[in-house]
Amino acid sequence: MAPIAEYVNILIYLGVALFIGLAALVVGALLGPKKPDRAKLMPYESGNDPAGEVRRFPVHFYVVAMLFILFDVEIAFLWPYAVSAGGLGFYGFLGVVGFTLLLLVGFLYEWWKGVMRWR
Amino acid sequence: MSWPYPVDPYWMAALKALLVVVALLTAFAFMTLIERRLLARFQIRLGPNRVGPWGLFQPIADAIKSIFKEDLVVARADRVLFVLAPLLAVTFALLAFGAIPFGPPGSFFGYNPWVLNLDLGLLYLFAVGEMAIYGIFLAGWASGSKYSLLGSLRASAALFSYSLGLGAALLAPVLLVGSLNLNEIVLWQRENGWLILYAFPAFLLYSIAALAEAARTPFDLPEAEQELVGGYHTEYSSIKWALFQMAEYIHLITASALIPTLFLGGWTMPFLEVPYLWMLVKMALLLFLFIWIRATWFRLRYDQLLRFGWGFLFPAALVWFLATALVVALDLPRSLLLYLSLAAFLLLLGALLYSPKPVRKGGGA
Repeated sequence: MAPIAEYVNILIYLGVALFIGLAALVVGALLGPKKPDRAKLMPYESGNDPAGEVRRFPVHFYVVAMLFILFDVEIAFLWPYAVSAGGLGFYGFLGVVGFTLLLLVGFLYEWWKGVMRWR
Repeated sequence: MSWPYPVDPYWMAALKALLVVVALLTAFAFMTLIERRLLARFQIRLGPNRVGPWGLFQPIADAIKSIFKEDLVVARADRVLFVLAPLLAVTFALLAFGAIPFGPPGSFFGYNPWVLNLDLGLLYLFAVGEMAIYGIFLAGWASGSKYSLLGSLRASAALFSYSLGLGAALLAPVLLVGSLNLNEIVLWQRENGWLILYAFPAFLLYSIAALAEAARTPFDLPEAEQELVGGYHTEYSSIKWALFQMAEYIHLITASALIPTLFLGGWTMPFLEVPYLWMLVKMALLLFLFIWIRATWFRLRYDQLLRFGWGFLFPAALVWFLATALVVALDLPRSLLLYLSLAAFLLLLGALLYSPKPVRKGGGA
């Protein structure tokens, strides 16, 4: 167990990093010419007003995100085993193999369904 | 288990955090110069050499230019998120580096050569790494432009696909060391030999995934100039654009420090063990390798990128994890893993040397 002071250090570090980032943003915003006009403020579209609402996108990004959540949960379950594998012996290993195989079946199903073949 | 490492006072932690942040920003600036010079060497030309001796003032000139450029917030942007996104990206990029040890306790003028020393060090690194994806996604969303949105979606999908491989690859070394603390991992390697010898496949998979996490060639689609007009930072200018570049390069520098820490003995060395020195040497070598890869390799297509991550990297890492788990669970001699690693290395080398030459389709020179 690390003493709580090490975790306070994370907050200190976070504060320092945020401060430097904010300072850069403020300096960048204050300095420099400020002459916005309509053409400049348009999104990149070769001078045309972009057509239509853009905040919709292909569903496969959603699928990738779902798969990531699932398999990251798998990894989250594997970490505790990885740390204490020696003490858990062969039965612990069998348990982890069982769990991994279960998710492997899901993985193979996704694979053969073609979810992971983006065209 | 008691805590064998000394803890620094808070003011010292703050000072070191500031030092690390400023050092990373300087390193980023000069790495861009070194990268341009090295790429030039690879292409038999000179690279920037006009601003200052050997172009040394080029990064400073670039910084001044980007600060004094007009800082635009495009009309369709979500004003709050548009400003918040670069801040998030750079903050969480900076955070990871503090957890890396550069020497034994007390080797920083009597204090510790790290900012953070957590017992869940690796999990912290993953958490911070995945937080950085928020910045990228928000950037594309907040821009209100379809190029930015698509660029950010592709970038974030690629990033978390490969962060999965990153996690799976690291399970094997954790099995051997039995701790998530980075100091423990380095000290284990001092006693038992570098982890790359025990876990060569994990090292390879981790390095590839780390390269993709830093969005570097061959995995740098999110920022391919020829595609999607430059990805999620299409609408950014001035310092905000620079902050994204900074975040990305800091990810690369962090990767070049993490790979030695986890697999190449970190700051330890079998001979002439000097804190800082070897770590910096190893980092420099890896950065050189990354730039070399950038100079000589083609880019993957987006679907190839994801298919490689899901179809090869992740399963291969899990298989190696299970092999290592078997050795550790049955308490077989660890030297078994040395042989297994060597076999995997030779297999890969053989496959590379004896693979059939690709057939060139449709003529060409």
